[in-house]
Amino acid sequence: MIARLVVRRLLISIVILFAVSLIVFFATLLLPGDPARAILGQQATPERIAAINAQMNLDAPPWTRYFLWLGGLFTGDLGTSVATGQPVSELLGERVGASVFLMVAAALISVPAGILLGIYSALRRGKAVDSAITGISLVLAALPEFVVGIALVAFFSTTVFTILPAVTMQPPGTQVWDFPLQLVLPVAVLVLVVTPYIARMMRATMIEVLDSGYVEMARLKGVPERRVVLRHALPHAIGPVAQVIAIQLAWMAGGVVVVEFLFRYPGLGQALIDAVSYRDVQVVQAVTMIIAVIYVIVNLLADIVGILANPKLRTGGES
Amino acid sequence: MTPTRQQRPHVPGARGGRGSGPRGASRAQPDVQVTALSSGSAWHERRESGANVLEIDSLEIEAVASGSAVIDDVSLALRPAEILALVGESGSGKTTVGLSVLGHFRPGLRHGGGTVTLYPSHTDRPAEMTALDDAALRRLRGARVTYIPQDPALSLNPGIRVGEQIREVLDIHNFGASAEERTERVRSVLAEVGLPGDDAYQARYPHQLSGGQQQRIGIAMAFAMYPDVLVLDEPTTGLDVTTQAQVLDTVRDMTVRHQVASLYITHDLAVVSEIADRVAVMLRGRIVEENTTEEVLGSPQHAYTRKLLAAVPDLAGRNRIGETAEPGAPAGSVHEPEAPAGSSAGFAGRPEAGSAAAAVRAAGASAVVLEVSELGLAYGENTVLDGIDLELEAGECTLLLGESGSGKTTLSRSIAGILDSYTGRVCYRGEELAKNTRQRTLDQRKQIQYIFQSPFSSLNPRRTLGQSLAVPLEMSGELNAAGRRDRVKDALDAVRLGRQFYSRRPGDLSGGERQRAAIARALVNMPSVLICDEITSALDVSVQASILALLRTLQEERGLAMLFVTHNIALARHIASRVAVLNKGVLVEAGPVDEVLDTPQHAYTRELLTNVPKL
Repeated sequence: MIARLVVRRLLISIVILFAVSLIVFFATLLLPGDPARAILGQQATPERIAAINAQMNLDAPPWTRYFLWLGGLFTGDLGTSVATGQPVSELLGERVGASVFLMVAAALISVPAGILLGIYSALRRGKAVDSAITGISLVLAALPEFVVGIALVAFFSTTVFTILPAVTMQPPGTQVWDFPLQLVLPVAVLVLVVTPYIARMMRATMIEVLDSGYVEMARLKGVPERRVVLRHALPHAIGPVAQVIAIQLAWMAGGVVVVEFLFRYPGLGQALIDAVSYRDVQVVQAVTMIIAVIYVIVNLLADIVGILANPKLRTGGES
Repeated sequence: MTPTRQQRPHVPGARGGRGSGPRGASRAQPDVQVTALSSGSAWHERRESGANVLEIDSLEIEAVASGSAVIDDVSLALRPAEILALVGESGSGKTTVGLSVLGHFRPGLRHGGGTVTLYPSHTDRPAEMTALDDAALRRLRGARVTYIPQDPALSLNPGIRVGEQIREVLDIHNFGASAEERTERVRSVLAEVGLPGDDAYQARYPHQLSGGQQQRIGIAMAFAMYPDVLVLDEPTTGLDVTTQAQVLDTVRDMTVRHQVASLYITHDLAVVSEIADRVAVMLRGRIVEENTTEEVLGSPQHAYTRKLLAAVPDLAGRNRIGETAEPGAPAGSVHEPEAPAGSSAGFAGRPEAGSAAAAVRAAGASAVVLEVSELGLAYGENTVLDGIDLELEAGECTLLLGESGSGKTTLSRSIAGILDSYTGRVCYRGEELAKNTRQRTLDQRKQIQYIFQSPFSSLNPRRTLGQSLAVPLEMSGELNAAGRRDRVKDALDAVRLGRQFYSRRPGDLSGGERQRAAIARALVNMPSVLICDEITSALDVSVQASILALLRTLQEERGLAMLFVTHNIALARHIASRVAVLNKGVLVEAGPVDEVLDTPQHAYTRELLTNVPKL
């Protein structure tokens, strides 16, 4: 039963990715600029432009080019960067790793932190701690990530203290995680932006569940409070929160663009910004597709968590 | 009182087993162990002598916000193997008292004074439930004093397998000596409440059980630890009569067999007469009367008790509820006049004798206003309604009886055109109606009006009654603003609310007042057919009685054809002249009230009639 639901979600995800690929491909076609001219620059003669166009299939009709590109995606061939002449996969390989590292680090901190803060807040409902958590999380949720980022930079790197690096310096041949201090601020920004949403949602669902008849019943059975929260309440409160977590993680895949730009972090976001300014269509397409894939996978995981948290879905129609 | 109670089989083995076995060996840590001591202890003697197991003395519970007393000077005592019913209408504080027995006060309430003393069987020291710390309370809850909640669908954890939920109680309270013993106890307690105890059944989730089975799981959970005191909070309210009868049997049997002292909270006096030994009547946080069940039901002393009794609909229709039980009626007037002598008790004043209906018949016109023929409805493979034929006559009320899931609401919604996926025909005065209410003519729409079950959700809380009630008139668009206002005020008068309610909002109104407003909304367009979908089932009995009285009056005044949908067969003689019984989407029986109730033809009707609790 679960398998069938998961397979269905998986098929839907694939359809969505196809739709996204269509939109990405034809939208980037509309970008101004001629790739061949961009590559050749001053040396562009009509013959050389024609030669490049033929070499890159740019003279073929859009549909043919779409399917060639799509076929390439399946074989890991993301095309050739117009700006550098390197294969896109080679260009992005390291950057995908760096971005995913940033996101995973932020997720590993913000998800448990959000859930714990939400539960704590719900258990202390109406008390000072609860009001403080709710108030601060509301303020943070209202601030865009670049404001949070700039504030952190001003506080920890430049104006107030100078204890953390404000930008990422990565000598060639090293990895981002070789310099943990440089990671602190980018991760902190993502954590500060994502955690409030999770905490607020967790608090809301937890309060609802704590007010339910079965939680009261558990207490009237003499179940210790810790077990009431963890065994009786949490499994029901976590389902809707999983959806919010998924949206937040998916948001991170896009929000990382701004954060990377702010800290000069050598990830996907930087690559996307560079590619757009160089009219590097192939890279734009590839990065957009990668972000879309992350989006879809995260949402798929959230759906699966939702299914597992709901015994009615889990057991299906067998009643 | 049912004489059968004393004849119920007493199972000596079950009780004898309590003292012997591993529980007897658990005396080593009396403060941690909460299973019962073996026989011969001081507590055992106490119980054998029939002394109180629980004493509530001058209990006061107050609202945290205002400091005002919600429960005032309540004193009760529970004895082993005895069921004390705590009776009152919603808001009387009966659940608050029940929960205080477990030392639990809902958010917003706190203990104000007085004591709740439990004499638990695992120690010789009494426990003061209002003064214990959380850890001590937890040790007693679920073990020495247990709780069976009102709605098992809400109080069983939907994410935990039912066997595990019972097992949890045993684990927390260290039942027995080994895991095997606990597993065995889960099995045996399931068998005791009449459920299969096998692993496959224990592995089910609550949503895979019927309402009656869910409530049995709740009962099994409450009895698993052989408690001394049991609090039952309206455990049969959501159940149909047949299941209710079975659950009451189980509770009664278990209480006697295990010598449990039970507090049975309910608003249903008919249930009380079936199950309770003693009755305490609560009114606004105070006990107004307490005595044996025979005394309270047979010769009630307090005016409120008499009012409650007069409001209980009985199958025989002897007391024509609502005639004198209007809210605020002087206490002296509650006493019901005896029915006219003779075999046909209660025949006088039947709805069909209504003047308007009589006039219609006298004029020789066809009285059939609405005719349903061959109506069916199916969702895929699942047939909800099949071949329904029904006629409604002017000035006549038909009681459509069915249990939850019988399709009664689906049928009434199809007739009203809210559901349009049915097959078959609905004719109004001989003319076939379009399936969807939107395709019906304005006049047809005006003539058939629908009243919903819950007055709490059917009125828009942001609008005044005047605004809400004017909506149907705006839809028909025949009157100007002044005309609409007059019509709405007339309707408010007609439902005995009075036109001063015109600018009030639903939030200020009681349940009964809201339902009157909802009835008024159905009346503004001067309909000839009224469909009432369980409109009294969310209300207290005394309010129900007054609503029924209002409907009878309206029917007589206006010659309405009424379809009164309900699950409560006891209402039949109080409102209807005809009864139609719906079972699993099929009309199994239809006819005049007396015919159906006195000589039921179908087995299902007979089963319903035997299971109705009687006062």
